[in-house]
Amino acid sequence: MKPMRVRKLKEWLIEKTILLSGIFSVVFVLLIFLFLLREGLSLFRGESVIDFIFGKSWYPISDPPRFGILPLILGSLLVTLGAAAISVPIGIAAALYIAEIAPLRLREALKAGIELLAAIPSVVIGFIGMITLGPWIKNLFNIPTGLTALTGSVTLAFMAMPTIVSIAEDAITAVPRQYREAAIAMGATKWQTTWRIVARAARPGMLAAVMLGIGRVIGETMAVMMVTGNAAIIPTSFLQPVRTLTATIAAEMGESVQGGPHYAALFAIGIVLFVITFLINGVADLYLHRSRR
Amino acid sequence: MVDPAAKFSIRAFHVHYGQFSALRDLNLEILANEIFTIIGPANSGKTTFLHSLNRLIDLVPASRCRGEISLDGINIRHGLEIESLRRKVGIVFALPLPLPISIFENVVYGLRMQGIRDPRLLNEAVERSLRESYLWEEVKDRLRTPAMNLSGGQQQRLCMARILAGQPDVLLFDEPTSGLDPISTARIEETLLILKKKYTIILVTNNVAQAARVGDRTAFFLMGDMIEVSDTGKMFTTPADQRTSDYITGKFG
Repeated sequence: MKPMRVRKLKEWLIEKTILLSGIFSVVFVLLIFLFLLREGLSLFRGESVIDFIFGKSWYPISDPPRFGILPLILGSLLVTLGAAAISVPIGIAAALYIAEIAPLRLREALKAGIELLAAIPSVVIGFIGMITLGPWIKNLFNIPTGLTALTGSVTLAFMAMPTIVSIAEDAITAVPRQYREAAIAMGATKWQTTWRIVARAARPGMLAAVMLGIGRVIGETMAVMMVTGNAAIIPTSFLQPVRTLTATIAAEMGESVQGGPHYAALFAIGIVLFVITFLINGVADLYLHRSRR
Repeated sequence: MVDPAAKFSIRAFHVHYGQFSALRDLNLEILANEIFTIIGPANSGKTTFLHSLNRLIDLVPASRCRGEISLDGINIRHGLEIESLRRKVGIVFALPLPLPISIFENVVYGLRMQGIRDPRLLNEAVERSLRESYLWEEVKDRLRTPAMNLSGGQQQRLCMARILAGQPDVLLFDEPTSGLDPISTARIEETLLILKKKYTIILVTNNVAQAARVGDRTAFFLMGDMIEVSDTGKMFTTPADQRTSDYITGKFG
């Protein structure tokens, strides 16, 4: 009788521990959001939400201060779109090559290389971007500074690539072998099989890879702060310095007065970032569920 | 002498996987519009043989083939493009494997790959091949729903329709009912008997009774050798070889 009860108690304990961990992760996200709201919402006692989001100038320490984050939102958007335009096609193509075409030994070598790329600290990538890529872009386009949105996009594409490649590669490898056989048995060529069957079956996984890669780009701070020039102006081209939401928080948090309007504005930027990532995840989730049905 | 009615003729055909000899010195003729059934225990070379007929075996890197197989008198290694061979010789696998798309798209997959876009042609092909595989009545109102929602037996008939849409000559079946319940199995068998009027069918099965029910001729494979081949009725009443008799009556395998 006794061992039975001990075993049941053990089961119960394990079950509840797992449940608790699950609840904790949700609670932490909620708490972070609440904390952001508490610190950030005080800004809107003196400032309207519209002025904050669509305001064209960000002069947080002028008198009176002006907290318009439109240039920052556009800066983030521009850098992210640029990085996605570079890293998504290259990343997906690389994943297809590694998973479907590369011979076994090359495949192992490439995977190891890509994992290594993921392990480089962002500050190192930023440093390389600043001292090699920046001057190169400056000379290439003959512009006054090499620290531009384009530099940021290229740098960030390098950071998104490992995420995209390794997750997309896993998704492609996970496509059942029978799908390939069925397609080939119907007279499909290697390329038709890869493109129409394998890439299609792996699409949810590849989308998740892209979303995680973009998520990493939007949230990235250090590298982007080092290479984009940090001018809070509304960008009109890729060859201009821009400033992103994340870089603003990182650069200015140290010099703001705790509890003051500048401090609150930085937290409000945090809320905006949180909402953007939430939206991206939501869209990805929706799409994943739809294609699974 | 090559029989003029022969669809496939196989001459001195061997297959090796590395050092392992999977099929030895096979000489066989498969006639048009017959159901040719192949029985035998696991590892006897049945699937290897099927995969040789449409060169799926080329996907196994260590495989080597010797000898000659011809389809309608044309050598399948030299006389035919591999993709068109595979379109002529369709295969249905043991486990139903619909692609993760709609029923309609599953059926027209091969056609789309050949570059056929005309919606009228595609619609016709879908109805014709679903009727041929006796699935039409069950799915005609939900062609746009995902194929994954069908039952196992329906999925297997969908896989048949997918092959039929490409208008093949020969249908290869690799234990098509091993994952199905008896009723679905019976439906597939009925379908085979009707399909043989138009197609040549080669059926590999682990179910000896199934070979007896649907076969015109039957071959018994054992460890890479074809032990005997004869009319199905004769094979199951008076087998020539003791090993065939032992296998049919369930003494081994």
